[in-house]
Amino acid sequence: MSGSKAVEPWIRHSANPKLDRIMVTPEGVALNVTIAAAGARAGALLLDLVIIQLISILVALLCQALAVLFVMGGAAFSDSDGPMGLITIVYFITNFLLLNGYFIFFELGHKSATWGKRAVGIRVASRDGSRLTAEAIIARNIVRTVELFLPLSFLGSVEAGGSLVDLTAWAGLLWVLMFMLFPLFNRDRLRGGDVIAGTWVIQNVKKNLGDIVAPSAATTAPDGVAPTARYQFSDADLSVYGEYELQTLENVLRSDQDDALEKVATSICQKIGWEPGSGDERIFLEAYYTALRARLERSMRFGRRRKDKFSAEE
Amino acid sequence: MSSEQALNAAVLRSDRFRLEREADWIRLEDIVTKMEKGKARRLSDDDVLALPTLYRTLLSSLSIARENSLDAGLIDYLEGLALRSYFMVYGTQSSFGRWLSSFFGGGWSRAVRAIQFDIWVALLVMIAGAVIGYILVAGDSDWFYALVPGNFMDARVPGASEEALRGTLFGAQDEGGLAVFSAFLFSNNAQVALLAFALGFAFAIPSILLLIHNMALLGAMLWVFAQRGLTVDFVGWLSIHGTTELFAILLAGAAGIHVGRSIAFPGVKSHLKAASDAGKRAALVMAGVIVMLICAGLLEGFGRQLINNTAARFGVGGGMLLLWLVYFIGFGRERRGPDA
Repeated sequence: MSGSKAVEPWIRHSANPKLDRIMVTPEGVALNVTIAAAGARAGALLLDLVIIQLISILVALLCQALAVLFVMGGAAFSDSDGPMGLITIVYFITNFLLLNGYFIFFELGHKSATWGKRAVGIRVASRDGSRLTAEAIIARNIVRTVELFLPLSFLGSVEAGGSLVDLTAWAGLLWVLMFMLFPLFNRDRLRGGDVIAGTWVIQNVKKNLGDIVAPSAATTAPDGVAPTARYQFSDADLSVYGEYELQTLENVLRSDQDDALEKVATSICQKIGWEPGSGDERIFLEAYYTALRARLERSMRFGRRRKDKFSAEE
Repeated sequence: MSSEQALNAAVLRSDRFRLEREADWIRLEDIVTKMEKGKARRLSDDDVLALPTLYRTLLSSLSIARENSLDAGLIDYLEGLALRSYFMVYGTQSSFGRWLSSFFGGGWSRAVRAIQFDIWVALLVMIAGAVIGYILVAGDSDWFYALVPGNFMDARVPGASEEALRGTLFGAQDEGGLAVFSAFLFSNNAQVALLAFALGFAFAIPSILLLIHNMALLGAMLWVFAQRGLTVDFVGWLSIHGTTELFAILLAGAAGIHVGRSIAFPGVKSHLKAASDAGKRAALVMAGVIVMLICAGLLEGFGRQLINNTAARFGVGGGMLLLWLVYFIGFGRERRGPDA
């Protein structure tokens, strides 16, 4: 990997360049990743809390239903060594596991994401590109106790009434805010747990393998010639554009919309001084695309790249 | 048109490059998609074996494509697939059982040994806390009410009679609901331990304060019982689960101190790197702390109420302590392995 990173042409520049990062795999290949935006993180957390709350309510209802069944079956309600005791234990343990285990369990899976994170399309990853270990997942989620559950329980106990009501409430609120806003004050959007565990949260990517951009260059018409062979471009015709224009043309060809094809064909014809024909835009554009790409790729192999039409040819 | 023909007909070298390799990419994408959907078990052995190779081939394809192809869509696809398969190849160890066995088989004890220094610090802090509690209450018994939260103060207050105190130690307490009690104690103690660790984030100071406060409570209680000559019985009553529970809290505090210390004094590493290294080590210790607290909860819920004489209590408590020490000091040592 030579040269400064800023000039490597494969580095992605997405809509929010502040969130673009490079992650180097253990094999030494650098990959583009995008940090999950703070909004996505908050949304995922909210979803997870709602899910946890729902499960918790479900468990409570189940326990109550069981208790009612046992009482009707003749068990003493206050006998905590009987089935009632068992139900209470199940309730305690389930709640503990739910609060502390939910995040760990799902983030240990192949998707490294809780249901909330999956829904917004983000996942946990190791910051330095190494393997994401179970220890890291445990660490980042234990810290959640201090970040979220502890102050929330402060607030909860305040609601129940107490002497230090106002003070405790404000302290709890301040605490939550401090940790909640922490991700906004560092560039990698790390929360406290991410700092401790060496993780970050990034966006999932899912791209499909598109077709060959200009397939007709490789097909042959009944008369044995490629349909694109009708168009032959001189070197001067092709030297007007760079990689940026090539990719714009690629997008137009991939989206395959007639009016866009027509517009682009017209403007290319104007640029190179051809007479725009009509009805054959797609074939024309594919021919031009193929020729332009062949030319740019050839010089690329010799280490000469041309960013766009404004940059000079070397 | 067959793929062979397509290959020969392709005008662009970079398209030929793609057509030669896309079968492998599509196979890899298929494997990765299945794994992401949690259907890894349905993969054939061939596919599982091929995954690392396909992944490395893909990475090299990506590197070549970046230098040779101007097909932006293709590079995007390769980039995305490389990231997805990277997560599968370097994902978390999927088998929970395997992680568990490596954890008990030495990972835990090694992690505990790695934070040795912090354990000594935490131990010192805890002893200091207990001594402070004792001295404060000895000097002015009103301190007791400041240190001990209301729900602990039943009969155990300064000036209580010997009978009353002895009653709390050996009394025929209602033996019903021991299991419920231990479950409650466990989730309560576990939250405290998690807190002691997680507070280490703020340069370990809150962890230390928490340890001092908890131990001062103990010291104050000890004074109350010492006044009536019940020191040995009280320690016995405490030791049956206390050796395990206090050890767990010691480790949790030490883990917190370890993280806080690494953030404050990262040495040659960057702050973030030091924090995450320490955090992962401490997390292993913490997973073990939870296990210890489950044991402590059971001992406290059942053992303490069922075993009603001091000698037997010392026996159980001492035995547990010995067990933990042997495990932490002796277990999972690598033969001349790097221990740093």
